[in-house]
Amino acid sequence: MDYPTDYKYTKEHEWINADGASATIGITHHAQESLGDIVFVELPKVGAQLTAGKPFSSVESVKAVSDLFAPASGTVTEVNGELTSAPEKINQNAHSAWIVKITLKDPNELNSLLSAADYEKFVAEEG
Amino acid sequence: MVDFNGWDMPVEYPSVGGIIAEHNAVRTGVGIFDVSHMGDIRLFGPGALAAVQHISMNDASRLSIGQAQYSALLYPQGTFVDDVIVHRLGDDDYLLVINAGTREKDFTWVRDNAKQFDCEVTDLSDDYTQIAIQGPNGVNLLQKLTDVDLSAVKFYWFTHGTVCGLKNTLIARTGYTAEDGFEIYVPSDKATSTRAWNDVLEAGKEFGAVPCGLGSRNTLRLEGALSLYGHEISDTINVWEAGLHRFCKMEKPGFIGREALEKAKTSGLKRTLVGLEMAERGIARDDYKILDEKGAAIGHITSGSFAPFLKKSIALAYVPPQFSELGSAVKVEIRGQGVKAQVVPIPFYKRPKKG
Repeated sequence: MDYPTDYKYTKEHEWINADGASATIGITHHAQESLGDIVFVELPKVGAQLTAGKPFSSVESVKAVSDLFAPASGTVTEVNGELTSAPEKINQNAHSAWIVKITLKDPNELNSLLSAADYEKFVAEEG
Repeated sequence: MVDFNGWDMPVEYPSVGGIIAEHNAVRTGVGIFDVSHMGDIRLFGPGALAAVQHISMNDASRLSIGQAQYSALLYPQGTFVDDVIVHRLGDDDYLLVINAGTREKDFTWVRDNAKQFDCEVTDLSDDYTQIAIQGPNGVNLLQKLTDVDLSAVKFYWFTHGTVCGLKNTLIARTGYTAEDGFEIYVPSDKATSTRAWNDVLEAGKEFGAVPCGLGSRNTLRLEGALSLYGHEISDTINVWEAGLHRFCKMEKPGFIGREALEKAKTSGLKRTLVGLEMAERGIARDDYKILDEKGAAIGHITSGSFAPFLKKSIALAYVPPQFSELGSAVKVEIRGQGVKAQVVPIPFYKRPKKG
């Protein structure tokens, strides 16, 4: 699975794809692979405030619960309601099955995140 | 791989495509489990039956040779040392199949409490590799590998025969999946056990058989509401609370734990095991708290998961008896929120009867 080079990544295995002040967030292919069959996605409410590095939601597979950490601060503008009835979309393609869209508080926050190459290296080292 | 009581075991086999695929293969076809971690204790000698009767709660005197029964070893307080399957191998010959995590404790306990009887107690756990072949096609798969007529072996009976060319192999129609299936006991040396495992997988190809790990073993037994030591049963939970009285023969005199259970019966239950199904979105998991409608903690979940075949969130939980009626409304505390659930009949899943 390719990691899109225009996305940024966190060490907690989220991706964020920014376009100006708006951004889309999901979990990485590596995250879905480690979790296995995803059966539940908890979605925040539109308008919820995200703080970079803080948990804002969770994803559950048959075997585990995993918190989602905000890659950047911002306000939720849209949630992917499709995941409520079809959480397995994340297993099928983690990099297109987005979870939330936000308006970024400070687009510069993304500068500290990992590039696709750095993330792949991080995952390889984490083993 | 995870460390499971000292055994390196897979939670799932990546090649199969996940716990859900493994689980549903067992419900609709056949799945194969390496359950070598299970322990085996043999009691052999003129006093073997008396010893088994003394240390276990079911009535082993009802067993014919070739028959097995679900039972449990109890402490004098009526709580669980472990749950076991008792197999009657011969006139004075019994085999107890026990859990991995309790193996040493079980063996010491059986040996010490069988001392007063004229029988030999042997730990055979290292001698056998146990392979479970589970699912409606399990019988068809295994029939390809043995000369024994498997249709003649009823559920919870066993026989001996040649399997994968291995003579005198114990073949039992037992399992831990709430499905029809078999468990075979082959010599544990690496060459033999590996060959048997590969032969079973190969023979299963035409039935779409898949290897299954600990993850689906757990979700399968949960759908069937089968107890797991350390969860639904433990050294602090008694037989009445666990709802296992149908396997406990109180009319049998003198077994360990009987007196305490007699007393516990008259003093009344403080908690009881129930099945729960989530009524709102959320997955109930092990150790989550159960709340009443006002939000006060009244119990806890012993095992909870998304159920892959039933496609809903289910759990086993201990609650006070007044909340145990079918349809009772409770809440499960999930990340600080009370999420609605209701008491439903167990087992959650029953395999369809053959027409």
